[in-house]
Amino acid sequence: MRYRLGIDVGGTNTDAVILDRDDTAAAFGGYRVVAQCKRPTSEDVSTGIREAVQGVLEQSRIEPSGIAHAMLGTTHSTNAIVERKGLAKIGVVRLAAPSGHAVPPFIEWPADIIARIGRHYRIVKGGYEYNGAPISKPDKDEIRGALDSLKKEGIEALAVSCVFAPVNDEQENLVRELAGEAFGPGFTVSLSGEIGSIGMLERENATILNAAISKIASTAYRSFQDVLRHHGISADLFITQNDGTLMAVDYACRYPVFTIASGPTNSLRGASFLSGISDAVVIDVGGTTTDVGILRKGFPRESATAVEIGGVRTNFRMPDLISIGLGGGSLVREGEGGVSVGPDSVGYRITKEALIFGGKTLTATDVAVSAGMYELGDAGKVSRLDKRIVEGTRERIRLMVEEVIDRMKTTSEDMPVVTVGGGSILLPEKLKGASGVVRPKHFDVANAIGAAISQVSGSVDGVFDVAGKGRDRVIEEVKAAAKAEAVKAGADEGSVEIVELEEIPLAYLPSNAVRFRVKAAGTLKK
Amino acid sequence: MKQLTAKDIEELAVGAAVLGSGGGGDPYLGKLMAKQAIEEKGPVRLLDAEEVPDDELVIPSAMMGAPAVMLEKLPNGKEPEAAFRAVESFFGKKAFAVMSIEAGGINSCIPIYTAARLGLPIVDADGMGRAFPEIPMVTFTIGGLSASPMVCCDEKGNQVTLKTIDNFWVETLSRAVTVAWGLSSMIGLYVMTGKDLKAYGVRGTLSLALEIGKRILGAARSKTSPIDSILEVTRGHRLFEGKVTDVQRDLTTGFVRGKAAFEGTDSYKGSSFALDFQNENLIGRRDGKPCAMTPDLITALDRETGRPITTEHLRYGQRVTVIGMPCAKIWRSEKGLALVGPRYFKYDLDYAPIEELMKGRSA
Repeated sequence: MRYRLGIDVGGTNTDAVILDRDDTAAAFGGYRVVAQCKRPTSEDVSTGIREAVQGVLEQSRIEPSGIAHAMLGTTHSTNAIVERKGLAKIGVVRLAAPSGHAVPPFIEWPADIIARIGRHYRIVKGGYEYNGAPISKPDKDEIRGALDSLKKEGIEALAVSCVFAPVNDEQENLVRELAGEAFGPGFTVSLSGEIGSIGMLERENATILNAAISKIASTAYRSFQDVLRHHGISADLFITQNDGTLMAVDYACRYPVFTIASGPTNSLRGASFLSGISDAVVIDVGGTTTDVGILRKGFPRESATAVEIGGVRTNFRMPDLISIGLGGGSLVREGEGGVSVGPDSVGYRITKEALIFGGKTLTATDVAVSAGMYELGDAGKVSRLDKRIVEGTRERIRLMVEEVIDRMKTTSEDMPVVTVGGGSILLPEKLKGASGVVRPKHFDVANAIGAAISQVSGSVDGVFDVAGKGRDRVIEEVKAAAKAEAVKAGADEGSVEIVELEEIPLAYLPSNAVRFRVKAAGTLKK
Repeated sequence: MKQLTAKDIEELAVGAAVLGSGGGGDPYLGKLMAKQAIEEKGPVRLLDAEEVPDDELVIPSAMMGAPAVMLEKLPNGKEPEAAFRAVESFFGKKAFAVMSIEAGGINSCIPIYTAARLGLPIVDADGMGRAFPEIPMVTFTIGGLSASPMVCCDEKGNQVTLKTIDNFWVETLSRAVTVAWGLSSMIGLYVMTGKDLKAYGVRGTLSLALEIGKRILGAARSKTSPIDSILEVTRGHRLFEGKVTDVQRDLTTGFVRGKAAFEGTDSYKGSSFALDFQNENLIGRRDGKPCAMTPDLITALDRETGRPITTEHLRYGQRVTVIGMPCAKIWRSEKGLALVGPRYFKYDLDYAPIEELMKGRSA
């Protein structure tokens, strides 16, 4: 029982890797890659996973029972929201009155998603001030009445929000308890304090989405688990989340919304693992787009602004990324201003349309093959490509990437750059703003590796009054609370470290209110 | 007759952020409230200041507090009306219209909400033509108008009426009340006659915000840059084009003070720019020499979309165009500059109008 299986289900490919524990590979967290496999993503998802897993098992020749942990990264939940598929009818209980009536739940939601999940909500007494004092005391009878009437409206899952829930979860827990009485055990109840940070509407929206996808996410995760059993793998399945850490399947079924941006996160984390660099710019070049993100202490830097998912404004913990239209399938054209690359791409049709495959479209990959950077298809078809175009394309790609690197950095100092993804062969070996450019081994399956090496984390986000206890004492308390959350999530206590601490004083008023966002992470308990 | 519809609010909120001069708070909450109230109660009539008779009363409506809290503890919705009615009752006379004290930021939209709820028109004017952080920093103070009686309301139904000896005490006391209430309150203040409004108000600022917003959102649809068009409608100047190379923030006394540094690109290559801010952008310097200063407006825009970037969202690597816009004339008076000029904000600079500083300058 020493192996780890990592799976990444992407839009085009499903990748699987097997890692083996190796204490000599200390820089790589004590693991090394023993097998990797890429298969097309199937319509039903499961088939692609089954084939990729079979591939790595055959390659590594290990006993399936030797796999201790299996980690899956998937965008299944994201697709459900974007495509409005299989969403549950939702009821919302917002603990806020007398505040909160001015802007009700579901505000500015797209009509096509409302058509699926309805607009059922009750605003009841409750909520907290920034310092934890109650706005008003919750009334159990009022809450019971709200739940009963929502039940009559036929809701299939419940989302609960409460003003400053990230500061105190007591009132939301009370509603969960009462919902258990009203709807019976097993009914899905999502609490906003467990989902998001400060910012009522965005957090509530995220909670509603979470409740809406709980059912289909659970079904999907259980079927993935069946795939593993089919291969004789008895290891527990973990699902990777946006912040690069893991959720046990039971937990993931309750918080599926946390998986929404796990794809890019896994590629960043995988890049860190493969290169052994924990602070870097990571460039992931795919077939159509290039995602650029920042690694800080081995974790993705998170976005500070509101993120829309399927047209709904949320405040998920998402990696801060810039995507540009550059990939292996990007169209190359010559115009007045020189050579242009992308943003349009032949995408998965590259094996038919690119010149090296006998097609008629000049793509970035054709240029890479022509320049001898890469061997693929029929190099003879591009051997007489105009030198000017080849040089112009390489120059254009370099400029595009250098501009994004510069936009993503927070200081003017040079940073290491790690390039991953199948299309990263297009990138030059030297880039402005980079102290060095590394394309590690196994760069084309960085996502699956990122999934396999995920840690577990816990976080705390709230507004605290630092006048009484003093700032240092408050910081110690929030750090301890974050570490306790990580251990609760399954981390080995000795390995837990604070990976992020952000202090945001509240502007405009001379009070001593400070918002802290703290995250702790550690390795999975063996 | 001009009417403000829900669609107008979407545009007005974008324009208000440009007039916010880097501050004023995110108009998002105010926008949601105003749009909803209009959808429920119907469009709000936008009055020219000239349409308000000299002896009629106008009452400004606003929200104050910490922006992060405003986005968490949402209003009840009755507070703005309650504050408005309480100020009105003080005079025993019905008000003719609602008004904005601050055309930039969240307070551009809150009074539209109030007007829609009350079924009253809103005056196309405000007391700043931009955003400033303190209650006395309005053109009405120049005219000797009193901010009090001021009424503060919270979401629970609490109400505090302030009657003070001057506008500075209003600031101190209302802040204390707002802190006690959990960092957010709705206020009614600076009640004035139509005559005073015409003498001291900054006119046409709501329609200006609306026009700026239309141009920015219109450009987004046609995928063109709206910046020249914004400069045209605001009589503004392009101060700089470049990227943010450094942002420093120092948090003192509840206000965000800081500096941002920029490095020129394109025709500004080789040149540098520095921005001093305290909630709002106050001084812009190109290659060390001032080229715009408070109370003239300075706003950083996303170079491609023309969307304004507030001081709290400035960060390294952003590509921006910094624009400067002339403030309302009344701010350039001796009294106006004493209130909001560079020296009030502790900069050792004598105010010079942007047109003069930019004379003969080009990229």
